[in-house]
Amino acid sequence: MAEIQNYTMNFGPQHPAAHGVLRLVLELDGETIQKADPHVGLLHRGTEKLAESKPFSQSIGYMDRLDYVSMMCNEHGYVLAIEKLLAVTIPLRAQYIRVMFDEITRILNHLMWLGAHGLDIGAMTMFLYCFREREDLMDCYEAVSGTRMHATYYRPGGVYRDLPETMPKYQESKFRSKKEIDRLNSIREGSLLDFIEAFTDKFPGCVDEYETLLTDNRIWKQRTVNIGVVTPDRAMQLGFSGPMLRGSGVEWDLRKKQPYEVYDQVDFDIPVGRNGDCYDRYLVRVEEMRQSNRIIKQCIDWLRANPGPVMIDDHKLVAPNRVEMKDDMESLIHHFKLFTEGYCVPEGEAYAAVEHPKGEFGVYIISDGANKPYRVKIRAPGFAHISAMSEMVEGHMLADVVAVIGTQDIVFGEVDR
Amino acid sequence: MLEFFANLVPTSILDIWNSLPPLVQYLTIVTWKILFVTIGVILIVAFSTYFERKVIGSMQARIGPNRVGPIGLGQPFADVIKLLIKEVVVPSQSNKFLFVIAPLLTLIPALAAWAVIPLNDWYVIADINAGLLYVLAITSVGVYGVILAGWATNSKYAFLGAMRSAAQIVAYEIAMGFALVGILMAAGSLNLGDIVRAQAGGFSNWFVLPLLPLFLVYWISGIAETNRAPFDVAEGESEIVAGFHVEYSGVAFAIFFLAEYANMVLISSLTAIFFLGGWASPFEGLGFLKPVAEIPVLGLLVVGGFHWLFIKMAFFMYTFFWFRATFPRYRYDQIMRLGWKVFIPVTIVWITVEGVMAWFKVGPWSGLAG
Repeated sequence: MAEIQNYTMNFGPQHPAAHGVLRLVLELDGETIQKADPHVGLLHRGTEKLAESKPFSQSIGYMDRLDYVSMMCNEHGYVLAIEKLLAVTIPLRAQYIRVMFDEITRILNHLMWLGAHGLDIGAMTMFLYCFREREDLMDCYEAVSGTRMHATYYRPGGVYRDLPETMPKYQESKFRSKKEIDRLNSIREGSLLDFIEAFTDKFPGCVDEYETLLTDNRIWKQRTVNIGVVTPDRAMQLGFSGPMLRGSGVEWDLRKKQPYEVYDQVDFDIPVGRNGDCYDRYLVRVEEMRQSNRIIKQCIDWLRANPGPVMIDDHKLVAPNRVEMKDDMESLIHHFKLFTEGYCVPEGEAYAAVEHPKGEFGVYIISDGANKPYRVKIRAPGFAHISAMSEMVEGHMLADVVAVIGTQDIVFGEVDR
Repeated sequence: MLEFFANLVPTSILDIWNSLPPLVQYLTIVTWKILFVTIGVILIVAFSTYFERKVIGSMQARIGPNRVGPIGLGQPFADVIKLLIKEVVVPSQSNKFLFVIAPLLTLIPALAAWAVIPLNDWYVIADINAGLLYVLAITSVGVYGVILAGWATNSKYAFLGAMRSAAQIVAYEIAMGFALVGILMAAGSLNLGDIVRAQAGGFSNWFVLPLLPLFLVYWISGIAETNRAPFDVAEGESEIVAGFHVEYSGVAFAIFFLAEYANMVLISSLTAIFFLGGWASPFEGLGFLKPVAEIPVLGLLVVGGFHWLFIKMAFFMYTFFWFRATFPRYRYDQIMRLGWKVFIPVTIVWITVEGVMAWFKVGPWSGLAG
């Protein structure tokens, strides 16, 4: 009898469902997966090493580029670690702004995930619906930091600047009619907070819209229920975090368990799944979007009522403002020192973790007392998740690999670093 | 029909025409008929791609093509020109002969099936009595092109696509055939024109009412047979990239594309003919509408004709696009389950019910010779 061999297939790195540069070597028996071997590292940019050669504050921009769909949360982890080493407490208003933008980022990330996951499973329209809402949140990023993606908005000591009083508006062009422009600008007349509030008012309706397309859809359920099941114990052993862990039914959320910033002041719930399959993780993430919306609303109310500084008043750490610099010698020196050599961080080591949209994003910094970190280690949640790829897809079919990649919410920027 | 054309041309040309031998006359007429239908189908295909992009665009809150020509109407031609001037890359590991003829094997049946499709009461290229069998046979041949393409490419992705397509076609061809048995029982004829005539007399006489389960099965199987979403596993974009046509480019790809859409138009027209009375008007047999038939444009709505077939076909094309924008993709084994475990039992049950009703002359079958 002829020897029957398994079919080996190379999935990616150039594959529409590889979410960037995932390369999977699949061993197939017919269409059933026997083994999946993820090869990572194709997007390695040496972020950790690069951070060693730069003053602390100049690596914030690299953090944006790790998980490039949840930028500010990456910054948050890094900035928290530096603040821990420096032992500074940032103003309350800055903490609220950070919490608000963390949650905006969570919605951004989950919208991107929902769109991509839908597209992987073939629900093409989902992608465009999600991007429609994402666009508004990108405008929030733009209003506050000047860029839509890589904000570099969180700084050690607070946030770069206070929330703006005006929103950038659409300009008339030959591609957009006056009516269209007026409609787009009508919610951009007030301050950023007004804009975000308008968004939070409409967003639950949008989530309902996504859910009508997917949650009770028979095909969606057939494609996700009982796919990629991970038991709670196994999920913990594998080092899962975030929605991947909560989808298995473990109620673990750093925002509740180890509150940072003002997460202990705001009211929200943690959704958990029951079966640990793709469908439960889908439900968990959708509910997280609603909870984030709740948190943002609370932050808006607080921020409206409590104006104040958003940066600590210590010019050894934070650059003085430009006006002062023009006629104050001291300020000019501070500015020069900060932008040439930065500040020195006391000797020691610190680990700070945030509840990133994808899980626990931690930054471990060792400082030898110089103006640059001695070593930076980034704990990316996606790395642990993708290690479980083979286990999650074994025995499933080829089409389920795609569903599992989607449910893991992999972004190679952070896996490969 | 000939008299109709005879009145349009001057007598001198008519004399030359009459002096031709009958065989030449016949061949000329048939050639023109074929040309007319083929070009018509290709034009409909071209604009259905535009229609699809506009429909899906509006469902997805975007605009769709609007750059080439007025409101983007030139887009299909721009696409064709682009594909024509692109290089056809033949993979070095492939079987070159099969690789090249595979697209043709899918396109030819898709166009050949139109031979028996009655566009209205008198316009049909070949008015054969085994029309339904011909349609069943010729639409099944199309899948050989897909399988050959996947096999000849010698790529793992294409191979998986071909395997999926083959399994899918077996499952759905049976359900489709059974659904057509129901039509056959109801109409008492295999001739497509006679099937439409059996449904004459307005909406209440259409087969869609008594044969609703068969209609649904036939329609869904038709979507599966044309490899359209949510059954598009053979090309499954996010799983096997483009499936069987992953290595095709340029004209070869364009032919696959053309065949896919020609098949969609064909299935839409067939569904209209089998279940929705083809060219017949839904308002037939309503006495009070008689005077309306005299009004120039509005009258067209009352009398039957090609425009009704076109409207029905367009409606089914719309549902094709609608499903594509709405549903996620089935997994390959789930499609098999749906075909074997749901559709085939449903059709068998309904054929039995229909047989019993026809035997006892109940309901719409009371007029049939049981």
